[in-house]
Amino acid sequence: MTEVERTVSAPSPVGESVKRIDAFEKATGAAPFADDLQFGPNLLYGRVVRSPHPHARILSLDVSKAAALPGVRAVVTGDNCDARFGLYLRDRYIFCRDKVRFVGDPVVGVVAISETIAEQACRLVEVEYEVLDPVVDPVRALDPGAPLLHENLADYEVADFIDPKPGTNIANHFKVRKGNVASAWDECEVIVEREFRVPIIQHVPIEPHVAVAELDRSGRYTLWSSSQSPFAQRNLIAQALELSQSDIRVIAPYVGGGFGSKAGLSAEGTAVVMAMSVPGHPVKVRLTREEEFFCAFVRQGLVAKTRVGANAQGEILAMKTEYYWDAGAYTEYGVNIARAAGYSSTGPYRIPNVEADSYCVYTNHPVGGPMRGFGMPEIHWGIEQIMDIVAEELEMDKVEFRLKNVLHGGEQNVTGMVMHPIGLSECIEKAARAINWGVDEPPSSPYARRSKGIAVSWKAPAMPPNAGSSATVRMNEDATVTVAVGGQEIGQGTFTVMAQMVAGVLGIPVDWVQISTPVDTKYSPYEWQTVASRLTWSMGNAVVAAAQDARRQILELAAEHWNEDIEHLDLRDGQVISYRSEEVLPLQNLVVYGLPLPDDQGWRGGPILGQGSFMPGYVTSLDNETGQGTRAVVHYTTGCQAVDLEVDTRTGKVKIHRIASAFDVGKAINPEQVEAQMQGGVVQGASTALFEQLIRHNGVPQNASFTDYRIATSVDIPDEIIPIIVEVPQDDGPWGARGVGEHPMIPTAPAIANAVSAATGVRIFDLPISAEKIYLEMQKERSG
Amino acid sequence: MKHHTISFTLNGTHEIRDVRSNLTLLRFLREQLGVMGVKSGCDTGECGACTVLLNGEPVNACLVLAAEIDGGKVITVEGLSMDDQLDPLQQTFIDHNGIQCGFCTPGVLISAKALLTRNPHPDRDEIKDALRGNLCRCTGYVRMIDAVEAAAKEGN
Repeated sequence: MTEVERTVSAPSPVGESVKRIDAFEKATGAAPFADDLQFGPNLLYGRVVRSPHPHARILSLDVSKAAALPGVRAVVTGDNCDARFGLYLRDRYIFCRDKVRFVGDPVVGVVAISETIAEQACRLVEVEYEVLDPVVDPVRALDPGAPLLHENLADYEVADFIDPKPGTNIANHFKVRKGNVASAWDECEVIVEREFRVPIIQHVPIEPHVAVAELDRSGRYTLWSSSQSPFAQRNLIAQALELSQSDIRVIAPYVGGGFGSKAGLSAEGTAVVMAMSVPGHPVKVRLTREEEFFCAFVRQGLVAKTRVGANAQGEILAMKTEYYWDAGAYTEYGVNIARAAGYSSTGPYRIPNVEADSYCVYTNHPVGGPMRGFGMPEIHWGIEQIMDIVAEELEMDKVEFRLKNVLHGGEQNVTGMVMHPIGLSECIEKAARAINWGVDEPPSSPYARRSKGIAVSWKAPAMPPNAGSSATVRMNEDATVTVAVGGQEIGQGTFTVMAQMVAGVLGIPVDWVQISTPVDTKYSPYEWQTVASRLTWSMGNAVVAAAQDARRQILELAAEHWNEDIEHLDLRDGQVISYRSEEVLPLQNLVVYGLPLPDDQGWRGGPILGQGSFMPGYVTSLDNETGQGTRAVVHYTTGCQAVDLEVDTRTGKVKIHRIASAFDVGKAINPEQVEAQMQGGVVQGASTALFEQLIRHNGVPQNASFTDYRIATSVDIPDEIIPIIVEVPQDDGPWGARGVGEHPMIPTAPAIANAVSAATGVRIFDLPISAEKIYLEMQKERSG
Repeated sequence: MKHHTISFTLNGTHEIRDVRSNLTLLRFLREQLGVMGVKSGCDTGECGACTVLLNGEPVNACLVLAAEIDGGKVITVEGLSMDDQLDPLQQTFIDHNGIQCGFCTPGVLISAKALLTRNPHPDRDEIKDALRGNLCRCTGYVRMIDAVEAAAKEGN
């Protein structure tokens, strides 16, 4: 038996449900989060005085009493930092300078030796405000004469794909004009027009925002933060402080849930400005749960006005949409959410005539940030209900209607991009089958009505065209591998998936791979952000390139050593093998120390260090007037959810029997982790569907606690969640993979609404689909 | 501020400490004893991230004063895996992928431990009920419930 035959080949870990590599640390409580880091007795604590008014002018500030309180080390205001910053539109300061624009806007920062003293000092700050009329409705915000939030919008620096309208509250207007909508209505058999509303909600990561900042004596800043986007934070702080990126170092340990709330800059900025005033002392800012609800990002509200027409054959001919995004006081990501909503406004449907206007509108509400789905759960709330209504009016089966109209690979989508191959139809068929679509099943009591609903969805990563990733793969003496990446583990399992990819390329077991943690902008390779469900695809491509670079170096070395052709060599089970000579070399003998040449002629090789980068090179811009272009996005992940539920007619309460969740992920690198994303996404989606909204009264939040803002608990979950993985490969994804982290919550709410409508005849147009709303609507139906 | 001398066991180790009257068990554990597995998610007894066992009962450490544990026995997630041996629940949470971001995990494990101690053979509804005080935003709870179920079966 030869050496090669004796080697039992391990299957590639790619495509296997490998256990999470961070699970042991997390199960034992050892995994460090930002709040767990130790800073010693030098640590100071920061608290923020926030605006109590949704809209007001700051007339005067008196911080003298606060500064005089024993234990207070510094008090900072807008005067400490006077540069505007923002990811796409530079529309805010870290501490307000002239006006406050939402309840919670930071006005003064207090640094003290304890959180308690800092809080006491905050109460001693005196601010005189001239209260202004607030803007609390994104549609009325556009009325002539509506109060303006940003009088100087014309002066703000802005990315070239964002189109603000100075003199109004419009932070961005994105347009689609495709075909001829006006003439298409005449050909329609059925035209449906409806208005849908989505409330402001909050991400609710269980870990609140924590940021610790320190200015060292050389003038450089270090920020330890619970962060999804350490590199973007570094960039934003550099803007706000008018520094170079290399003057700022961001260190980000494990993130205790992000969902978008920990991308961009929120609490971190205040910590940095406070640190500025106490060099040599780290300053810790921890948001309270109350602050978390409205001082960090929220998900923007939406008013969607939509009109859809279809011919007698059930083909959708035209769609006209207006989106009014309740962006809040500043935008950060909001302007790009409005853009993404515009270029995705048809949903995954083939519609020849489209008109869409998506307005990102400033309001005196909490700042709208990115949240799982980045605008897509919000727009699909309306899209997928109006499609249901069109199907009803056509008297067509809702699954059949969707199968007839959804996009296939090779067809042109709303922006004129030719779709890559997608498995959406397969998702629809499988999801429908999984819940016995078309079969009536009995409710659990005589008071309940049971029925089924379906919704499809699509989402592309919404990001600048040149968002990049990079990675290094370092071999250690024992042939284990240390992989450095700048993407963040926020619970989605990305570190495990990266380890699988490296192990797959290098032919080693997954447990030989370690990820360098924490992510540290000083040592970790650049990563744009951990958002947009882009890491498996983008960072994965960089990691694979880095591993392939290391692999090539190893094989070249062995080929020289054996005097063989590199084509005959392979890496398997931690060894270099030759299929030709049947030679075998364990990796640990060569990946750091190299290999000796024959006859004592010296050595070759050395420590193996692979590097890789990835940036999509093919994304093009969209025409300002028509929203048309060759390729607006890198790809769309598509999918479908089908729901079987019942409504208790005595209470309006919804009970979900089962939800099938089918997505085309291209390739599941780790199927169990994909399923875990689907289960988590469905429950988050159902929670937002049934319970969640941040209630405001004239701009003032009313329910900023877990008692008053309810999220789904363990007893609220569907009886059964059926994850279905569809794999139509992505041409430029690692092993064909594309992202799926955000997607499973996109179609959940409209699928539930459609099922509730089918069960009760009552359709809810404004989220959430609360029991109270269903009950009252049913009462109306009965009495009407 | 009045101080109290308290005597208690923490994860099997006997301790004697001085604490202020208004110090919560959560702050005491994290800031004075360095027990960082106990997480702070809301400080108002609503999220369950700081759940610990006090004399065998699960409590929110943010709602208990440190002075109250005098003479008592506290177990945190760190105390589940003594002597390098994982608790069966920790192993099933790893095996069933009951963990994502991991921030709620310590509290969930403690609530599950309390359940299995008082009811070694819970059904799925009883497991859900035992975890209802522990908010999780990542997992959708499904795999956590699977993990507790599996640990209960292993306990047979």
